[in-house]
Amino acid sequence: MAVAHTGIQTGENPPAAPAQPEARKHGPWLGIFTGIVIAYLFVPIIVMIAFGFNNPAGRFNFVWNEFTFENYTTLFEIRELTEALRNSLVVASISTVISTIIGTLIALALTRYRFRGRSGLNLFLFVPMASPEVVLGVSLLALFVTLGVGRGLMTIVIAHIAFSISYVVVTVKARTSGLDTNLEDAAQDLGATPMTSFWTVTFPLIFPGVLAAGLLAFVLSLDDYVITVFNAGGTSTLPLWIFGASRIGVPTQVNVMGTLIFMIGVVYVIVALVRERRQR
Amino acid sequence: MRETRRRRIAYLLLVPGVLFLTVFFLIPMFTMLSTSFMEGTPERGFDFTGHWQNYMESFSDYDTQIYRSLVYGLIVTVVTLALSFPLAYWIAFRGGRRKNLYLLLLLLPFFTPFVIRTLAWKQILADNGIFLGPLKDLGVLTDDFQLLATPTAVLGGLIYNFLPFMALPLYVALERLDPRLLDAASDLYSDRRQTFFKVTLPLAMPGIFAGSLLTFIPAVGDFINSELLGSVRTTMIGQVIQRHFLTTLDFPAGAALSFLLMAGILVGVFLYARALGTEELTG
Repeated sequence: MAVAHTGIQTGENPPAAPAQPEARKHGPWLGIFTGIVIAYLFVPIIVMIAFGFNNPAGRFNFVWNEFTFENYTTLFEIRELTEALRNSLVVASISTVISTIIGTLIALALTRYRFRGRSGLNLFLFVPMASPEVVLGVSLLALFVTLGVGRGLMTIVIAHIAFSISYVVVTVKARTSGLDTNLEDAAQDLGATPMTSFWTVTFPLIFPGVLAAGLLAFVLSLDDYVITVFNAGGTSTLPLWIFGASRIGVPTQVNVMGTLIFMIGVVYVIVALVRERRQR
Repeated sequence: MRETRRRRIAYLLLVPGVLFLTVFFLIPMFTMLSTSFMEGTPERGFDFTGHWQNYMESFSDYDTQIYRSLVYGLIVTVVTLALSFPLAYWIAFRGGRRKNLYLLLLLLPFFTPFVIRTLAWKQILADNGIFLGPLKDLGVLTDDFQLLATPTAVLGGLIYNFLPFMALPLYVALERLDPRLLDAASDLYSDRRQTFFKVTLPLAMPGIFAGSLLTFIPAVGDFINSELLGSVRTTMIGQVIQRHFLTTLDFPAGAALSFLLMAGILVGVFLYARALGTEELTG
């Protein structure tokens, strides 16, 4: 019996192996294609980084002139650009905190409780994601004009929260839906109040999802031009200012800011990979 | 007793979100809908007419731009799908232990702000820039050859900027696919073509559908790429709407155009869902 058992086991093991010769059979073309596409994605990034070290001859930073570090040392010397960057960071921080809280609450309600109107709510949350940004932007503008609300930082924050909530819900839901509700029940059976069981059991489990959602909301906010342009009034954010400046020549410092934001991404990727390796 | 308590908690959790989205998403949509049936300007005020006139007029005035935006969206969706599918397939099935590294490499360029990325393309494609300049000096291209301000540049920008929206859902769908199913297909004497069309493609369908929506919808409504890389001959509907709301202040016509755009997208998505036979995915 024991012999027969091991016999079956060895018979069952090999199916994992044939994946290798199968891979070789396909040839290298798919891999080469993938490499080319990824290289193509990096083309504008490399150009951006390189021209951050350029000292352009005229207003437009289009042609290589001479190497300089000056754009890095004078990074914050263009007052309007620095102010636009500060506005962007303020808007992104406030809207991220609020939309992450609101969105997480919705995600918890959707996955952990049964109530009437659930599918309706799902549809309601899907529509903002399925609408073109320009429509979201102008509809808010129409509302603010009708109500006579002056546009500025406040209205930008409101607009950014409105479009991030759905993305937060979707991201957090991916984490909460796989959660075992028995854990929370067990905590309460052992005498924990609902509040205590939430903060000591549920929240730590969904935290990675909340963090990812917050990061997404922050990036979406920092990057947004279309919705912002309709609700900004005279206030400028980083994308708005750069877009406006593109007509008369974008200062080289913009390349440097792009490079630094890109480097934050690089650090994030390295940290993610190192953590993954450690877990293995 | 406990059930009702739980239900009350659920409604409590929903209050802030539903309230916020009602005030800042639902009501604005209705404001726009009623604006599209009005006439007037923000200074003089609007009068409700209840006529379809704004819709008729804006459609006949801007049918070229609406049509162009939908065609651009379609081309962008098809090309990003063609580029992303082999890429996502390779990472999912041949990536091995480095899968996540490749995936992050794919996403890394998109940490750079959208406007800066698109401006970098403007610089690359400029008439005497770093790409066309040398080619013209070598005599490969004539001096009046240009990429900037052509549909090619706009489409190139859109394809670049929306590629990850297609690649990610595709990757998620393919990664979930059990490779043993492909082995089973070949064990049952299906050749590689058959395996692809009968196993891989059907199982990747949810990813293709999600990716297409996430690419098509923002691409049709986009105006940054056309504004920075295009010319008057590439004007898209998003730019027209923007001008109505920020320059000419013709809110009613702009509102009507916005709903025409939404309607165009809805029809496109509906036809696409039917063609794929994935109606259940939309609900």
